[in-house]
Amino acid sequence: MTTGNAAPLIAARGITVRFGKVTALDGLELTAQPGQVLAVLGPNGAGKTTFVRCLATLVRPDSGELRVRGQDVVRDAASVRKDIGLAGQFAAVEPTMTGRENLEMTARLFGHRRAAARRAAASVIEQLDLSEVADRRSSTYSGGQRRRLDLGASLVGSPRLLLLDEPTTGLDPVSRSEVWAAVRRLATSGTDILLTTHYLDEADQLADHVVVIDHGRTIASGTLSELKASIGQDVIEVAVSDPRQLAEVARIVAQVTSGPARPEPTGQRVTAPAPAGPGQLGEVIARLAAASIAVEEIGLRRPTLDEAFLALTGATDAADTTDAADTTDAADTLDNQPASAGQNNIGSRS
Amino acid sequence: MTAIGILERPPRTPGLAGASGQVALRALRKYIRTPGLSVMGVVQSVLFLFSFRYVFGGAIHAGATSYVDFLVPAYVASIVLFTGGGIAVAVAEDKVQGFTDRMLSLPVPRYALVLGRTIADSATNVWTILSTAAFGFLFGFRLPGTWQDGLAALGLCVVYAVVFTIVFIVMGLFAPNAQAAQGMSLIAFVFAFISSAYVPATSMPGWLQPFAKYQPITPMVDAVRSLLAGSASDVGLALAWSALLVVVFTPVAVIRYRRG
Repeated sequence: MTTGNAAPLIAARGITVRFGKVTALDGLELTAQPGQVLAVLGPNGAGKTTFVRCLATLVRPDSGELRVRGQDVVRDAASVRKDIGLAGQFAAVEPTMTGRENLEMTARLFGHRRAAARRAAASVIEQLDLSEVADRRSSTYSGGQRRRLDLGASLVGSPRLLLLDEPTTGLDPVSRSEVWAAVRRLATSGTDILLTTHYLDEADQLADHVVVIDHGRTIASGTLSELKASIGQDVIEVAVSDPRQLAEVARIVAQVTSGPARPEPTGQRVTAPAPAGPGQLGEVIARLAAASIAVEEIGLRRPTLDEAFLALTGATDAADTTDAADTTDAADTLDNQPASAGQNNIGSRS
Repeated sequence: MTAIGILERPPRTPGLAGASGQVALRALRKYIRTPGLSVMGVVQSVLFLFSFRYVFGGAIHAGATSYVDFLVPAYVASIVLFTGGGIAVAVAEDKVQGFTDRMLSLPVPRYALVLGRTIADSATNVWTILSTAAFGFLFGFRLPGTWQDGLAALGLCVVYAVVFTIVFIVMGLFAPNAQAAQGMSLIAFVFAFISSAYVPATSMPGWLQPFAKYQPITPMVDAVRSLLAGSASDVGLALAWSALLVVVFTPVAVIRYRRG
């Protein structure tokens, strides 16, 4: 099956899962090597959660072959379970128990004896920065603390592969960055991670390798820069102080780049592909100055994953996702990151 | 800071007893630490008993025995039918909120979920049975026979608690959410009320009597009454029903849990 000397971390061949008339996965193909964070990216309903549930041995594929570290998720389910830790979409911690009690319970269920379970819980508490709240009931936790505790619960058995299904959905910006920091630390310490997300900025922040899926099929796979490069050219982005001048700015940018210039729905920005890069940027700056238009921010950047995703799936599919409230949250956390500024939620451009 | 990467790996997979114990411990902690469950459950069952004893009781003729002596044994025997809704709701919540998924993704024996849940919920039902029985005495119930007979009857009530715990677990597993589980568990009221528990079955209209007579609750409460009086009539039938329900519902629960 594999030509290398070690089995890949995850090998999915033609995975199909049907729930009645709904086809959740439709021949999904995916290979992941150890030593990296893999993001499975796709709009709601793309099949991300179903794929995670297959890996977690909760759903049996109707056809195809799915292996984790060479072990089949159906035939060798028991050994797969020893190797994985699952943090699902909902924080599955017991609210009436303290953080420590939750972790010790899960450690015991992973197979640790009492003393080892205590050590594992203590270590995870420290690692995930939960020391201050560890002995409080988890019902008193903030959203981010509860997610981190849930993350911890999936870790206390020191799994070889951590499965995170939409780890930050529904969290406020502060909690989101807390969870991101925790995931980064885990990745640095050598845990292999597969996470699903429909936030492009999340994949941008955390993942080494991205697999884009839609309608249960893999539509793209590669490193982040490969994915961005696959839609090619740089983008000029102009932010204006006075929204009334937006149309004029769009006209000027379109003239210079001789292509379509797109005003953002927020009414503050114009973006346009710039095939000639820096030269065109200079030209736009000169013309805007000549027209006495005050510019808040102007720059040339690589396309965002958002744009890559739209190019891959087509705008119609992206329009399926609606998450207006979360969109604002995502934008808030990104103010100091011009490379991915704006609203990186898939749904935001629809 | 300890790196997660060097955390020790679990030496083995957990055994059935250990895993069931953890599942039970969690359910018990949740029950004890949620006053809405542990305290209000008892308050509710005592209020029911109070209403039957002092509100409806005066209008019900139970033959030769006084109504309180007729009511209390049957009420304690069938109390699990009223409290069981909580079990179904808890099981449905675990499923919806991801706890069951987490459990099934762990290397635990599949039976541990049902066994742990059954142990915990049986224990909480024993608590309800004991406290309700205590209030029964307070409301005027007296043992007709010896205290040994009383203990035997209590033991049989505990058997029923275990049996119906499994039935309510299955209800919770089939319910799509907690509200639906609550609704489904109301079906138990039909069995509780259309039986010989609260009124003699012979006082019901003729078309209803066959259901009252042949459904499991009637022999079950009759068996408790007869044990109290020092006889054992209906006990065999009651235990046969108990065994049948366990044999039918346990595999359903295990299979359903496995599907997640």
